[in-house]
Amino acid sequence: MRLVILDDYDLASEWAAKYIRNRIVQFKPSADRFFTLGLPTGSTPYGCYQKLIEYYRHGDISFKYVKTFNMDEYVGLPRAHPESYHSYMWNNFFKHIDIDPANAHILDGNAQNLEEECQAYEQKIAEAGGIELFVGGIGPDGHIAFNEPGSSLVSRTRVKTLAKDTIVANARFFGNDLSKVPTMALTVGVGTVMDAKEVMILITGAHKAFALYKAIEEGVNHMWTVSAFQQHPRTIFVCDEDATLELRVKTVKYFKGLMHVHNKLVDPVLSIKDQ
Amino acid sequence: MPSNKSVSDAPITQFINCRILRDNELQREDLWVREGRILDPEKLFFDEQGYADKRVDCGGSIIAPGFIDVQINGGYGIDFSQASEDVSDGVSFVAKKILEHGVTSFCPTLVTSPPEVYHKVLPQVKVHDGGPHGAGVLGFHLEGPFISAEKKGAHPEKYLRTFKSGGLEHLMEVYGSLDDVAIVTLAPELPGSQSVVRELSQRGITVSLGEHRVLLLVSESVSVQPGRFHALSNPSVSAVVQFHHRDPGIVGLLTSDRIPAGRAVYYGMIADGIHTNPAALRIAHRAHPSGLVLVTDAITAMGLPPGRHTLGQQVIEIQGLHAYVAGTKTLSGSIATMDMCVRHFKQASGCSVQEALEAASLHPAQLLGISPKKGKLDYGSDADLVLLDEGLNVKATYISGEEVWRKGQ
Repeated sequence: MRLVILDDYDLASEWAAKYIRNRIVQFKPSADRFFTLGLPTGSTPYGCYQKLIEYYRHGDISFKYVKTFNMDEYVGLPRAHPESYHSYMWNNFFKHIDIDPANAHILDGNAQNLEEECQAYEQKIAEAGGIELFVGGIGPDGHIAFNEPGSSLVSRTRVKTLAKDTIVANARFFGNDLSKVPTMALTVGVGTVMDAKEVMILITGAHKAFALYKAIEEGVNHMWTVSAFQQHPRTIFVCDEDATLELRVKTVKYFKGLMHVHNKLVDPVLSIKDQ
Repeated sequence: MPSNKSVSDAPITQFINCRILRDNELQREDLWVREGRILDPEKLFFDEQGYADKRVDCGGSIIAPGFIDVQINGGYGIDFSQASEDVSDGVSFVAKKILEHGVTSFCPTLVTSPPEVYHKVLPQVKVHDGGPHGAGVLGFHLEGPFISAEKKGAHPEKYLRTFKSGGLEHLMEVYGSLDDVAIVTLAPELPGSQSVVRELSQRGITVSLGEHRVLLLVSESVSVQPGRFHALSNPSVSAVVQFHHRDPGIVGLLTSDRIPAGRAVYYGMIADGIHTNPAALRIAHRAHPSGLVLVTDAITAMGLPPGRHTLGQQVIEIQGLHAYVAGTKTLSGSIATMDMCVRHFKQASGCSVQEALEAASLHPAQLLGISPKKGKLDYGSDADLVLLDEGLNVKATYISGEEVWRKGQ
């Protein structure tokens, strides 16, 4: 893996956004060849989305030939609810960029048949040629998407019941009322994300430090599902200092020492204006 | 590319680079319009996979709901209370001109007149939508003749009336028809008024109290009537707010705890800097900000250039924002335009941009019971818009999403 450590949240967000930008620009997407991007929600990727919007506004990047697949969505929450992941993606990303609505895919938590919805989603990903880059986050319990502790590490898109930790973590978005937090969600599986050509996990904040430790310094374990990516050929973990607080000093020093290599991935930062 | 047409073929316009008045604040959001109404872009994106056909760059302008003037007696040489053969032309002429002031809907107002005038004028103008031809007519505002002689102001005394027995029938005799009437101003202390108020309200007509000195006395009975009440400030009385600790007058009504839940009191104010004392504006705004409705109460001379003009029986002299009876210092009425009133109100009361704009759009719409269709930029509201610069000067006016006036053209 690559462990990219930046000083703070803003720098980590910027590094991640630059990396995504470079990958898309280098790929030279076109009508015959879309760039497929997997996307997360939550407070961690917010800064990264802001930067991507900025790059779009400056004309350095376009999402016209980008297809996106979000990781998850709550079950039973009305789509127009301000806390639905559809609302999050519209307000924090889609409404600010030039993506074709037909290419923005999010699981429908209000589908008549949830299993069919999940299968159809896997199908859409396959039809799009697989995911080029899957961006994700990590939960305090080490989950990726809603693959809660105990999820199969080869799982596919399916319905999951949320763990207590996750519900508690999400309560702040529902007025701190645990009873208002949805209890089920549709999520891509660990296996689904593992199928992507490349995976980038964003991890910021001290409250995620222990999960990061479990994910990269301990063994592959279905209780800490992000650990599955130890077996992926191309994973990048982008963190801030605070997220590394539970790691060994040796690990942190090693990867910090590699920053000059990591930074070649984002410097120079590319633009479609130069193409 | 536009939508997959699952809902509509109609073109979609996206106003970008603007700040819109929504949820009582100025938000940095784009405004989407389709088929003359404000569109929900999130639904468009996810349900229809659609996006805009056309983008309008607003250059950082503020977008507010189009202004609504519920009290305007004429303008540009036209007097709505004149019983002529072509009232409709006159109303249309003014309707077109006031687009320049950001007004997208209005109530042509008739001052106290003899029945012949009402019988002639009322049938000539119907409620109708606005468009490139001019602002929409929401219905007449009949100010009088059932108002009190004590505070008649500029209304000719000989035509004032009281309710004969049979309240509403008598009213109908005088007016002839109530079909296209939106507001009636009457004096609630006149005997027989209670049943009239009730019946007017049942017909969906807004009742305006044209006498404020006895407002508090009447408010107990007024407050149990159904409908919306609009306490009008008589412009020819210089002290609008008469406050005495045993007779709180208009302030008492505005802050009355006897207004039942679900009812609202609105009060009109002319913020031209002349007819309403700035202190009165501030007091009224602070006492009851959500009820303040800006009106122009504009007279025939509004919109005419400075100098002397002969209007009907009178000669008026216009100097700046003042319209005097020629050769005197007697004011003959207000000639400020709605956008001037909005700017002046903001400056005199110290209120926010949002509050100033709402006083000219949201509150009149609520007063008439036509919100949220008018007076708001909610999804589904009519796309009647006014684009303003930082100083609240009108840059462009839209009705049903179509540009009907632009500065400099």
